[in-house]
Amino acid sequence: MDLSYSAEEEAFRAELRLFLAEKLTPEMAEAVRLGHGLCKEDYERWHASLNQRGWLAPNWPREFGGCEWSPVQRHIFEEECCRAHAPRIVPFGLSMLAPVLQKFGSKQQQDHYLPRILSGEDWWCQGYSEPGAGSDLASLQTRAVRDGDSYVVNGQKTWTTLGQYANWIFCLVRTDTTVKQQAGISFLLIDMDTPGIEVRPIILLDGTHEVNEVWFTDVRVPVENLVGEENKGWTYAKYLLTHERTNIAGVGFSQAGLAAVKRLARSQQHRGRPLIENPHFAARVARVEIDLMAMSTTNLRIISAAAKGQAPGVESSMLKVKGTQIRQEINDLARRAAGVYAMPIASEAVEGSNAAPIGPDGTATVTAQYFNNRKLSIFGGSNEIQRNIIAKVKLGGRA
Amino acid sequence: MNFELTDERQMMQDSLRRFLSDRYTTQVRTENLDSDAGFNADIWAQLAELGILGALFPEAQGGYGGSGFDIAVVFEELGRAGVVEPLLDSAILGGGLIAALGSSDHQSLVEQVIDGTLHLGFAHGEPASRYDLAHVETTATQSGDEITLTGRKAMVVNAEAAGFLIISARETGAVTDEQGISLFLVPVDTSGLSLRGYPLMAGGRAAEVELDAVTLPISTRLGIAGQAYPVIADRVAAASVALAAETLGAMETATGLTCDYLQTRQQFGRPIGSFQALQHRMADLLIELEQARSAVINVAGHLSAAPRKRDLHISAARNLIARVGRLVAEDAIQLHGGIAMTQEYELAHFAKRIVMAEHRFGDADYHLEQFIDLSAA
Repeated sequence: MDLSYSAEEEAFRAELRLFLAEKLTPEMAEAVRLGHGLCKEDYERWHASLNQRGWLAPNWPREFGGCEWSPVQRHIFEEECCRAHAPRIVPFGLSMLAPVLQKFGSKQQQDHYLPRILSGEDWWCQGYSEPGAGSDLASLQTRAVRDGDSYVVNGQKTWTTLGQYANWIFCLVRTDTTVKQQAGISFLLIDMDTPGIEVRPIILLDGTHEVNEVWFTDVRVPVENLVGEENKGWTYAKYLLTHERTNIAGVGFSQAGLAAVKRLARSQQHRGRPLIENPHFAARVARVEIDLMAMSTTNLRIISAAAKGQAPGVESSMLKVKGTQIRQEINDLARRAAGVYAMPIASEAVEGSNAAPIGPDGTATVTAQYFNNRKLSIFGGSNEIQRNIIAKVKLGGRA
Repeated sequence: MNFELTDERQMMQDSLRRFLSDRYTTQVRTENLDSDAGFNADIWAQLAELGILGALFPEAQGGYGGSGFDIAVVFEELGRAGVVEPLLDSAILGGGLIAALGSSDHQSLVEQVIDGTLHLGFAHGEPASRYDLAHVETTATQSGDEITLTGRKAMVVNAEAAGFLIISARETGAVTDEQGISLFLVPVDTSGLSLRGYPLMAGGRAAEVELDAVTLPISTRLGIAGQAYPVIADRVAAASVALAAETLGAMETATGLTCDYLQTRQQFGRPIGSFQALQHRMADLLIELEQARSAVINVAGHLSAAPRKRDLHISAARNLIARVGRLVAEDAIQLHGGIAMTQEYELAHFAKRIVMAEHRFGDADYHLEQFIDLSAA
């Protein structure tokens, strides 16, 4: 047992800090720290900075222009980025589609799409969920029917995150209705400019426009946009989901969130003393911090095992459940710390707003984030589904 | 023991429920949330006509109710329908303070509140006061027949719609002394008083109120100089009963929507309500809902008790309801899944009403601490 990072890893961390201090503008970091809505250009600018340094694709193999960092390096990268309040790397192209193309895509697809993901030329979104297919993803109904050199796609996707910025969407579509659900699904790449596609905004309960519905009416997609084999899409989808679950614990987000709660609770007065000194509040902060310390070691244990080539199994489900519980508890603490100033609508959370803040520093978006992050335990396989997975593995198929 | 409503209260509950289910549609609620005013003037007038505002005042003040149970019945219904109209601010707080402290000259204002023609706001909390009712930094300085107010008031709900604000200010004593606080009845257009309004997450609007040497005749003081605290505590207690009951009503709707959804939403070829993991969570919500209902009955029955006993019950109810409220709001969203994350689906509004109620007059931690102090004494 050795809990310390190696000298190389510490040097790597120092290098990251230097880069972040140089390239992350104070305005951008401030916007992220305060939970302000970022626009497309904010993300693109940050992606470009990382790409210039060769750090945009930590998880990609070198042959495709990635860093091929070890899991520990990736963990350090995420931790440092959160600590510095860097914008998140938009994952849809970089960490979701790319691994699928690298493993299952044709040479032409790899050569065409991967460089465009790095350069920012393409912004991808994910076409998985449907109104009737949430937790039960395999029941998806969007149809793709072969017609000559094209598939003709009809149906509706939903919860398409940042689909309003995307020019491409990767979709799970049904290509065979006569077989078991999972065996009739294909993985298609679709240009969002194709006639017949309509993107409709969904406004979330905190007032933000983060997700969309995407409607397909007789959308013609060239056959060469099929990834891998027809009707093998479910295999690729599952492979993608394991990548979606890297960094599922959100340790960096929780660390940054906890620091923000403490900062806020030091500045707020309760009965003539800083709120952080109030035993009831302090006890709750301490409990979540204790949980976070343990979880970040669980996370590192799993990362170390992954570094030795062991694929994470139920552990990633465990991290999803515990990680989201911790993040949501931190959001609740932030809301409480803000006192009455948790009540206003946070127009700051909405992209492009320039409203002057109403309450003290760090209070404006706490309630928006509290409500918005209820999604954490719903998306990417709800926490109930994760528990089913854990129980099924441990109890042997009886869940 | 009798847990039945009186005939009068039962009739009031029935007629209010009928009115709100007919008229307070999702569309009205949504328009409210998008409107500049933050609420609907027609609905307000009709609530007054129905006698709902009068039910919040005792007979001696021109109403026909005013007890803890009257307040609880009305606010539970308002909560069930997700009503954002400012009954708490104009009637329970504003009207109640004037009725309790005002001279006979002021009583016509209470009549105007009851008939729905006057709005009020209670400007008491300050940026640094958090939930401490005695924390008043705003100063009132008397000079001859005039009084000058200087300071800032935070989160004054309904300030922009109000004809008058009831503003607390300190005449004597240290910042957190109960002694030395007075209330003043201030027309909102008084020079030196400025509002910065904003919409609230759970609907309605509030404002930050700046008092830059606001000079008023001494006749605007409500009651005896420096003696307002017990009346403030009494009205905040009534407001706490209202908030507890309103949250109970909102939780009834949230759990009702969730029960319905579990029975209709299909995944894996069957209603999701057939999964035991979800059934048990739903059952827990229903158990906690009954706890909340009893907490509201307890506190409503002790609103007119001696202050210490009253406040013990206030803190018990608000702590319990804050805890249950968070559970219900979060689990109702979770049990629904993605649909409940949308602004459009009505659960969102109820979840916000439930969670945001905790931020008025003390959250779960604050009331736990109060309860410990009061029960140890």
